[in-house]
Amino acid sequence: MNRVVITGLGIVSPLGHSAIDLGAALKAGRSAIGPITGIQNPDLGAKVGAQVKDFDPLAHFPENKLSLLDRCSQFAAVAARGAIKQSGLDFRNGLGLRTACIIGTGVGGLTTIDETFLAVYGKGAKRVHPFTIPKMMINAPGAHITMEHGIQGPSFTVASACASANHAMGVAFHMLRSGTVSAAVTGGAECVFTYGTLKGWEALRVMAPDTCRPFSRDRKGMVLGEGAAMFVLEERSAALARGAEVLAELIGFGMTSDASDIVLPSAEGAARAIAGCLEDARLRPEAVQYVNAHGTGTAANDATETKALHSVFGSHARKLMVSSTKSMHGHALGGAGSIELAATIVALREGFIPPTANYTGPDPLCDLDYVPNEARDAAAEVAISNSFAFGGHNAVIAVRR
Amino acid sequence: MAGLESDVIEIIAKQVNREPATVKREDRLADLDIQSLDVAEIIFAIEEKFDIEVPYNANETNAAGINFDTVGDVVDGISKLAARKASKKS
Repeated sequence: MNRVVITGLGIVSPLGHSAIDLGAALKAGRSAIGPITGIQNPDLGAKVGAQVKDFDPLAHFPENKLSLLDRCSQFAAVAARGAIKQSGLDFRNGLGLRTACIIGTGVGGLTTIDETFLAVYGKGAKRVHPFTIPKMMINAPGAHITMEHGIQGPSFTVASACASANHAMGVAFHMLRSGTVSAAVTGGAECVFTYGTLKGWEALRVMAPDTCRPFSRDRKGMVLGEGAAMFVLEERSAALARGAEVLAELIGFGMTSDASDIVLPSAEGAARAIAGCLEDARLRPEAVQYVNAHGTGTAANDATETKALHSVFGSHARKLMVSSTKSMHGHALGGAGSIELAATIVALREGFIPPTANYTGPDPLCDLDYVPNEARDAAAEVAISNSFAFGGHNAVIAVRR
Repeated sequence: MAGLESDVIEIIAKQVNREPATVKREDRLADLDIQSLDVAEIIFAIEEKFDIEVPYNANETNAAGINFDTVGDVVDGISKLAARKASKKS
């Protein structure tokens, strides 16, 4: 089996648009959660979010191309550019034929869907833009990445709600490990700040009114985020032979289904995914030092995830450092796993563990070390990143510095 | 208020696929096999029926000042909210 390394990382996130900015924010424990801006209708139950700021589409794309690019595709394309540039790979010399592009997103072009439906249903528009369909389709972000960079191998989009990015990256990892492809561009993207979507989340009655406090006794729910992170994966010896800088090694991936409830998480399903990831990575539980938790800040997730960690790690669970970086970048849903892998890699490389921000005190049901509020200096080697989705889809990825 | 009570019971009964006559005030929601998503759907139906806002968050107990333990608790809580709305209008 091939070893698989990451040689490029690109990101567009509420915590900045580079690994350097992301690292600085995580280290400072700075949360990007604030009042939602840019939505005209003030009738919102959930008034806070973690939005991508300082993103000017015209700084990245010519104006005549923007009619094809939903904000979700824009984030994905810019993040992929960053990752590919850092890797130094050129896909137009034959490598593209053996390169995969596998992207995770929960819904894809929501902004386009929302605007189009408002136009036809709400404003009585007689016609919509001819690119409405190719702009909103869920596979558009990945398609644009293949076209821009000449990636001609397998390309598809994975949708498993909040586990989409982890599923995409995990599948890409397995394809490289088995030798199906020689390289991959993979990650996730999501862009959910539209009025219709926010009303939908509000109706689920799970949104926090103030901020996201994962694992904290007074947590009041989740806070939405947005953004994209993309990675270039390569077979290790090929990367080393060409002198590429290795950012991290992907070492394991586990996935399971709860087959129980459409929204309520299952500790059993989550635990099987974590255990499956460790087995796939041939890791003893004691080898894991850091867990980038799913940690949504809901009453149900955080207690369930804690239970799952106890069941897999046994007495080692208390030695784990567990944090939810969603407390800082919000929950980017289908893109969440990619932003969280980026956070994990940056932290391992810079020798610190990101905190769980906004933490106010322990809940009896959440009794692990959540690295509350302040980043911690620690030279961790091995970490896992959890994603547990609506629908009962669980996907856990393991990474080594 | 009798009308409101029967309306609320009808909404709850429909959610769990039962005859309204078999749902009593003292029934606990948990015993009716009502899960968190059911509560969200029940509240939605109540809000639509009575044109009120029920400030409920699944992550907090008693956030709305309404107890979601028994059917009677829900009826009483909704009665208060409906009365508050009526008094605002008059």
